[in-house]
Amino acid sequence: MKLIPHWLHRLSSPPVAYGVAGACQPWLGLASVVLLGYGFLGGLILAPADYQQGDGYRIIFVHVPAAALSILLIWAMAFAGVIALVWRIKLAEVFVICAAPVGASLTTLTLVTGMLWGKPMWGAYWSWHDARLVSELVLLFMYWGVIALNQAIADPRAAARACSLLAIVGAINAVIVKYSVAWWNTLHQGPTLKLGGSSIDSAMLWPLLAAMAGLACFSGLVIAQRLRNELLWRERGNPWARDAIA
Amino acid sequence: MNDFWNMGGYALYVWGSYGACLAVLAWNLASPALARRALLKRLKAQQP
Repeated sequence: MKLIPHWLHRLSSPPVAYGVAGACQPWLGLASVVLLGYGFLGGLILAPADYQQGDGYRIIFVHVPAAALSILLIWAMAFAGVIALVWRIKLAEVFVICAAPVGASLTTLTLVTGMLWGKPMWGAYWSWHDARLVSELVLLFMYWGVIALNQAIADPRAAARACSLLAIVGAINAVIVKYSVAWWNTLHQGPTLKLGGSSIDSAMLWPLLAAMAGLACFSGLVIAQRLRNELLWRERGNPWARDAIA
Repeated sequence: MNDFWNMGGYALYVWGSYGACLAVLAWNLASPALARRALLKRLKAQQP
């Protein structure tokens, strides 16, 4: 029995993945500009002020998309990590490596915007007693761990497998990040978006969803660029790579 | 217009957040683009 369909197996070959990633880039770029443009302008101009937080809540249009992506990217890395560990697919190994810096940057953005939101609303930039805040900080250390581990191990394939394992641990931590506001009594507010009944007006909801989708497309765009670089470097001895740089 | 920039007194926090976002997006675009330039230069130099 074939466990992996033929087309998927073909897509995972480095030269095909290099080409597909390149072909996707203009579309991901266009989608990012349109969605992020609508999301941010809608959030800053079209959406009304909040009845409690005034204009201060407008940080949500940056903070929530960044936070969602910080969790989704480590889950995607763990998914790729399992594939890398079980089937030794090169593309999956490269994905784990390439998504880490993007995830780290978005986790940093989540923490910075969260602090900028916390100061005026809670009166403090940071609290060590809040499970959401501390688990998100641990998530940043997980991303840094993947980046550092990759640089510390000389054999790139062995490094990628070690990073895959760390990504799986990070994904478990991301579950704690997501449910921390439900499991513990946190200073951080509960979820804004819920399937079937978000606690937010539609004038705020659409820009927020657009900004989330836009940041997802943007992440795809910059990960695709990193994938192409990494594939080219790792396959530099192969004919397809020589053709690609010629 | 002044009201818009003032953000109801939250200007520092709101614009600080969007500024941080802009910086992170710019870094994410620049970092792999610069890496690609350096990589292509290096690989071309190695070619026979």
